[in-house]
Amino acid sequence: MKHLALTAALMAPLPALADVDPADWDAVQAAAQGQTVYWNAWGGSTTTNDFIAWVGERVAAEFGVTLEHVKLTDTADAVTRVLSEKQAGENDDGAIDMIWINGANFAAMKEADLLFGPYAEQLPNWALVDVESKTVQTDFTVPVEGYESPWAMAQVVFDYDTDRMKEPLGSMAELLEWTAANPGRFTYPQPPDFLGTTFLKQVLVDVLPDASVLSAPATDETYDEVAQVLWAYLDELTPNLWRQGKAYPATGTAMFPLIADGELDLSISFSPGAASTAIANNELPPSVRTFVLDKGTIGNASFVAIPYNSGSKEGAMVVANFLLSPEAQARAQDPEILGYGTVLNMDALAPEDRAVFDALDLGVATLSPAELGTVQPEPHPSWMTRIADDWVTRYGVAQ
Amino acid sequence: MNSRRLPPALPVLTLLAMLGPVVAGLWGTLLPAFGHLPAAGLTGPSLDPFVELFDWAGLPRAAMLSVTTGLGATAVSLLIVTLITAGWSGTRAFRLLERMLSPLLSVPHAAAAFGLAFLIAPSGWLARLVSPDLTGWERPLDLLIVQDTWGLTMTAGLIAKEVPFLLLITLAALGQTDASRSLAIAQALGYGRLTGWLKTVFPRVYAQIRPPIYVVLAYSMSVVDVAVILGPNTPPTLSVQIVKLMSDPDLAMRLEGAAGALLQLSLVIGALVVWRLGEVAIGALGRRWIAAGHRGRLDPVIRQTALGLGMISALTIFLGIAVLAIWSFAGYWGFPDAFPDQLTFRNWLRHGPGTLEALGETALIAVTVSLVALILTIGCLEAEYRYGLPVTQRGIWLLYLPLLVPQTAFLPGLQTLMLQVGANEGRLPVMLAHLVFVLPYVFLSLADPFRAWDVRMGTVAAALRASPNGVLWRVRLPMLLGPILTALAVGMAVSVGQYLATLLIGGGRVETLTTEAVALSSGGDRRAIGVYGLMQTGAALVPFTLALLIPALVWRNRRGLWRG
Repeated sequence: MKHLALTAALMAPLPALADVDPADWDAVQAAAQGQTVYWNAWGGSTTTNDFIAWVGERVAAEFGVTLEHVKLTDTADAVTRVLSEKQAGENDDGAIDMIWINGANFAAMKEADLLFGPYAEQLPNWALVDVESKTVQTDFTVPVEGYESPWAMAQVVFDYDTDRMKEPLGSMAELLEWTAANPGRFTYPQPPDFLGTTFLKQVLVDVLPDASVLSAPATDETYDEVAQVLWAYLDELTPNLWRQGKAYPATGTAMFPLIADGELDLSISFSPGAASTAIANNELPPSVRTFVLDKGTIGNASFVAIPYNSGSKEGAMVVANFLLSPEAQARAQDPEILGYGTVLNMDALAPEDRAVFDALDLGVATLSPAELGTVQPEPHPSWMTRIADDWVTRYGVAQ
Repeated sequence: MNSRRLPPALPVLTLLAMLGPVVAGLWGTLLPAFGHLPAAGLTGPSLDPFVELFDWAGLPRAAMLSVTTGLGATAVSLLIVTLITAGWSGTRAFRLLERMLSPLLSVPHAAAAFGLAFLIAPSGWLARLVSPDLTGWERPLDLLIVQDTWGLTMTAGLIAKEVPFLLLITLAALGQTDASRSLAIAQALGYGRLTGWLKTVFPRVYAQIRPPIYVVLAYSMSVVDVAVILGPNTPPTLSVQIVKLMSDPDLAMRLEGAAGALLQLSLVIGALVVWRLGEVAIGALGRRWIAAGHRGRLDPVIRQTALGLGMISALTIFLGIAVLAIWSFAGYWGFPDAFPDQLTFRNWLRHGPGTLEALGETALIAVTVSLVALILTIGCLEAEYRYGLPVTQRGIWLLYLPLLVPQTAFLPGLQTLMLQVGANEGRLPVMLAHLVFVLPYVFLSLADPFRAWDVRMGTVAAALRASPNGVLWRVRLPMLLGPILTALAVGMAVSVGQYLATLLIGGGRVETLTTEAVALSSGGDRRAIGVYGLMQTGAALVPFTLALLIPALVWRNRRGLWRG
């Protein structure tokens, strides 16, 4: 019986998109009144959690939307959940209304038709977004097509304690030399953590003679060639990692206390302002600074997506639009608060909004946009799925 | 008037509440493990999930870790408890240790694990306290202590938490074994105190504490939160891997996870069999040892060592909670400073509001579940009393059954099953899942005092024309106020500490102090972890304090009723 009911539920057609028209913003706002939006977002960073709580207060006061932060340890959990709901026939009011997402998770959800949209480019604040120089219309080379709305820019930076490490490094090859001379003082989060896999990508982007192969989907031939370069690098690096690579920190933020403890001298971060924020919060010593590599580092955007079965799509769109407001963006960029890069185009802002950004003190350890240099594009997601899997086999089950 | 009337449904309902979810969950695990998950477009039977599971390079080590940490933690904590009780029961030192350990029973596993991690890491508090003066360490050593490959730290964390549990269980059993007279005779025959106790009392005590020992073994082998915090990650234990597989966006992984859950179940069954065989072997050896007549020359040394180990295990948790408290108030705290630069309320101001929200959720669930468990328990016990039902060993095993099935074997299946029948995740299902774990403990906590109540009181009341219900409500329950509140507190502590049941069945929407604290572990923010860990500990400890205070207040003029 159960199976019959389930099959019937699966066969039922998905509800059409027609119930909300993102372009009719007044109707969206009216419908959003009184809705509760469950935002599933990674909950491992207290500064991010605080920011989301603030967003919740603001959208409650201004639009009557109640925002609940569902703290995830892994965004994949949210993807699973929507998938299971689809199987179970829960098509109208799923547990998740909005997900902080990008990369492989977005690609998976978009491909499986689990997302509501397109809606992003109909949001009123989309007009302020910098579509020219920020990678907000592709996500790890996958076209976004309005199925997710950007809210923050991230770029790889290395955090180092200047008291113990005098000079920044210019390349991944130099990192190899430095770890050989200073064993145990560098590590990266354990893949498949997103920062951990980003480190692997950063290695590839920097050491491959021609990194353009990464922008196409991985084929068996290209993969073998590229992976060999990576494994050769990691085989040399791993014995000189923190704990000889027998254990890895779970996430990027877990490396800050290790720097404060003096266990690490150098770590990697995906948020150029995070080090300054952590110094302000007593989580890092004031001597920490950041650097990027000579050839530049990988950057990408963080997005919010709305599952197809959210019962509060209007509320979620109101939140997504609020996240793009100059008020929210300036707060996110404030290193005392969050230190995330803005996705807005400064030239599109009203003068008084722009003044807020200009007045921001980016913080002692944050590089200026010019110093951040070239942003390297993310490789196609197919690379990372395979590399993360093989990493687990090679290094994730160390004996 | 049928004065014996009592809802006959209560015992049935109790069994259903305890075993229903377990059986349903196992069913929900079994089908996908053999490739049958129509939801994912897969129909079985097939052995592919097992093939994939066995293809995972980390499996041998993950499975081995599950077995070694489980058996190790159980054996060592049982050894410590046995030797302490043998060497010290009835002494002042023993009462002191007992008083130290009892509150530790309610410290949630996750908080204890965080405390241990903050203590013994190379940059932990212990190293800070003695550096650089004694050690010369200006920087922490690059040593793999927490999350070590062999799971030793995780085992230590489990031992520190299981010692108080087993000690209190042993104490309860001791009362029914006529220990002091046996020991007196053994000592009169020239046996050392410890050897005499082991040879005469231990066999009888062990027969009584066997079910809870099996529970400790099953729990230690399949624990998730402690393993996430203290256990290795390259690879993790099998249970952690199962939870990871269950939350992979690729649905096919769920099949592999279900296969892993079945493997976990068979490992636990295997370990229980091994343990049972070990009992037989030790029993045989023990009989020869008893017959050999050694009086116990090493007794004094072993006694001191055992007490030392017991003290260390208690101190570990105390110091762990202390270091959580310090981190929760810490400003900048670099290595090797023994204390932070300054103490500040900032962390509490930042995380306090969040913890209060989680505390509300935690308390709502804990109070409701414990009350329901209490009502069911009293219903069962009263039915047993009125109908003169015998208390059988089989009945006791039935109580322990839901605790013997590894959580990672049935909770993921339950989650899948709930989705398939269209039940929404949320607070109510979480409460039902908690009830599975809370009920047995509430029952075990209340059963002995309830049965020990002097039935002549009932006879007297009945002679004064009180109905059976009148006896229950106006005599028995008020007299048992202390044990009832203690049972409630035990239930609440169990509920507060639930991680996996809340996470999986709540679908992430139900945020308790425990799920929040464990979620923070991946971020490594020790100040936030300190705040949440302390709140979590408080949430479990406060009910116990109330359970001590309220009877003392209510019965302030009837001292004999304070403890029932």
